Amino acid sequence: MLRFVARRLVWMGITLAAISFVTFVVIKLPPGDYTTTVIANAEARGQDIPDSQIAELKRHYGLDKPFIVQYLTWIKGVVLHGDLGQSFAWNQSVASLIGNRVLLSMVLSIASLLFVWAIAFPIGIYSALRQYSGGDYLASFLGFIGMAVPEFMLALVMMYIGFRYFGQSVGGLFSPEYADAAWNLGKLLDLLSHLWIPIVVVGVAGTAGLIRITRANLLDELHKPYVATARAKGLPEWKLLLKYPVRMSLSPFFSTVGWLLPGLISGETIVSVVMSLPTSGPLLLGAVKSQDMYLVGSFVLILSTLTVIGTMLSDLALAWWDPRIRTRFQKG
Amino acid sequence: MVQQTEAIAPDTSHEVPAEVVKSLRDHGALPQWRLMWRQFRRHRLALIGLIVLVPIYFVAIFAGFFAPSSADTAHTSLPYAPPQRIHVDAEHGMFVYGYSSTRNQETFEQTFTVDKSKIVDIGWFVRGDEYSILGPIKSSIHLIGPTTAGEPFFLVGADQSGRDLLSRLIHGARVSLSIGLVGVFASFVLGMLIGGISGYLGGTVDNIIQRIIEFIMSVPTLPLWMALSAALPGSWGPLTRYFAITVILSLIGWTGLARDVRGRFLSLREEDFVTAARLDGVGRTGIIFGHMVPSFASHIIASVSMAVPRMILGETSLSFLGLGLQPPAVSWGVLLEGAQNVRAVATAPWLLTPGLAVVVVVLAMNFVGDGLRDAADPYK
Repeated sequence: MLRFVARRLVWMGITLAAISFVTFVVIKLPPGDYTTTVIANAEARGQDIPDSQIAELKRHYGLDKPFIVQYLTWIKGVVLHGDLGQSFAWNQSVASLIGNRVLLSMVLSIASLLFVWAIAFPIGIYSALRQYSGGDYLASFLGFIGMAVPEFMLALVMMYIGFRYFGQSVGGLFSPEYADAAWNLGKLLDLLSHLWIPIVVVGVAGTAGLIRITRANLLDELHKPYVATARAKGLPEWKLLLKYPVRMSLSPFFSTVGWLLPGLISGETIVSVVMSLPTSGPLLLGAVKSQDMYLVGSFVLILSTLTVIGTMLSDLALAWWDPRIRTRFQKG
Repeated sequence: MVQQTEAIAPDTSHEVPAEVVKSLRDHGALPQWRLMWRQFRRHRLALIGLIVLVPIYFVAIFAGFFAPSSADTAHTSLPYAPPQRIHVDAEHGMFVYGYSSTRNQETFEQTFTVDKSKIVDIGWFVRGDEYSILGPIKSSIHLIGPTTAGEPFFLVGADQSGRDLLSRLIHGARVSLSIGLVGVFASFVLGMLIGGISGYLGGTVDNIIQRIIEFIMSVPTLPLWMALSAALPGSWGPLTRYFAITVILSLIGWTGLARDVRGRFLSLREEDFVTAARLDGVGRTGIIFGHMVPSFASHIIASVSMAVPRMILGETSLSFLGLGLQPPAVSWGVLLEGAQNVRAVATAPWLLTPGLAVVVVVLAMNFVGDGLRDAADPYK
């Protein structure tokens, strides 16, 4: 197990390094560099930036050096000082801008993940056990719909229904009366009453996919000889199901986090834009539109890093849950 | 004596039963694609999906003819005009009622009422905006439209500039439906090449390529797409942008296909017929393209068909955010950008129809993909 953990950690380190490099390439993609934008902005305001300040900026970011040196300087600042660079549109350091928003994005994504699990597994198991029943067909049908509806459409329709028939705005995270209030129980409840809609909207596509996977996995297990053996030995049906095939089919509970989490974060980004939630989505969109590349890059870097960490945690949990994964690693 | 004649007579009791002969004839002698089609037909939903998709693609190809007007024809006095209903009576034939609009003096909101005194005659095969059929041939005949060109005719309502949403929907289908195919083609080339190399060579190369694929899959796609589209210069024209977006979508979309191809290569490498070909002195390219590719082509087609709807959703999401295609280009995502805030949707719920189109197409494509996957292995 220790070797497994060590291997996963080393692999995660390499992945993170690769992510940071790709991020930096993306930051550097638009023509010109950071100082070009600063000069352009200053000129737009009718100001003139002294050459010495530009030279100072260039030195600070090492813009006069080769690409790879620039990358190393940037990543050193990120790792050692948490310095993600400057957002020119906001004229603030990126780190101060995105802290709370990334936190809220993670809360939303993890809450959606829990929602997906809570809904998809019971339905998936039911669908497999009662294959070709009315409920199974209904679940498959809803699953297909869930995969075909883009998240933002669902968010728009939910908001339209809320607006039209309940006369309330569904967007945002707080009702107006709580928006500026200090934290108390009322505000927390208010937050929860607003949060469930984005959680459901973001989770729908993942739920649909996971129902299909759980169903397929359990169907594979149900016809294996060990199930027949257990049944022949007189084990009560429900005990038999829960103890063996269901347990086997629960592996995706962990293993799917790897592809579920990136999808949830993508969904969360676009749903937040539609519902104007104060998460990373709207700020990222604004940054992308104004080519605020350090801000864009930082979001990509942080969201990807968190995804990779989440995936690794789920891999470790899977190894703990499923002895077959562990032994495969001990042999190889 | 009687017994002897019996011995000489052909042994009918051991003859192959008729149904086995039939099954052998059916399955043994038919080409692969016929077998696939047979299996595919049995998948009811997949067949329905295909029946839905074929007319939609047909309409998209001849968009100019099927759309009542061009994508940009605007009635500036009729923003957000509601959908019209087609009426038929003996006096006028086929017609729709016109609008009369009043502006609320306090909110400046424009409201439309059906004005029964204004009658817009409509008909089949009418002359209207000029368009080009498949390149240089020009025409101005539209399947349906107002008999006097330029009259308002909004079967699913109008957008914020008073443009016919149905026409824009049909014109937008061209981009939305083709971007999936073009993008998948690019992914297909990348996926085949890289997956093939990975699976055929194996060893260290395979290991490195698999790690790269895992890496790409672990990055949240939408933020990365957004970041990449931010890097596109704003000065690019619609066509360049279209291809740039396609490349961005397929840069990430090839990974699943590459994994599939690799898996097939790995399992086929050990098959007897591949060994036989090698011992027979067939070269590497000959083995790959003459023996291995044909035997997994059907699986690849199935896997590709599952990637098309994902591309369509990707383009729609990006354009919805205003990062994909830009107006004047028309795609379903671009149209949905007009429905971005809930107030616009509340005044004009029909702005969501492009979303409905996306859902129908993606649903149908998922069904077809599902059917193809089942049909890819007709011997099962």
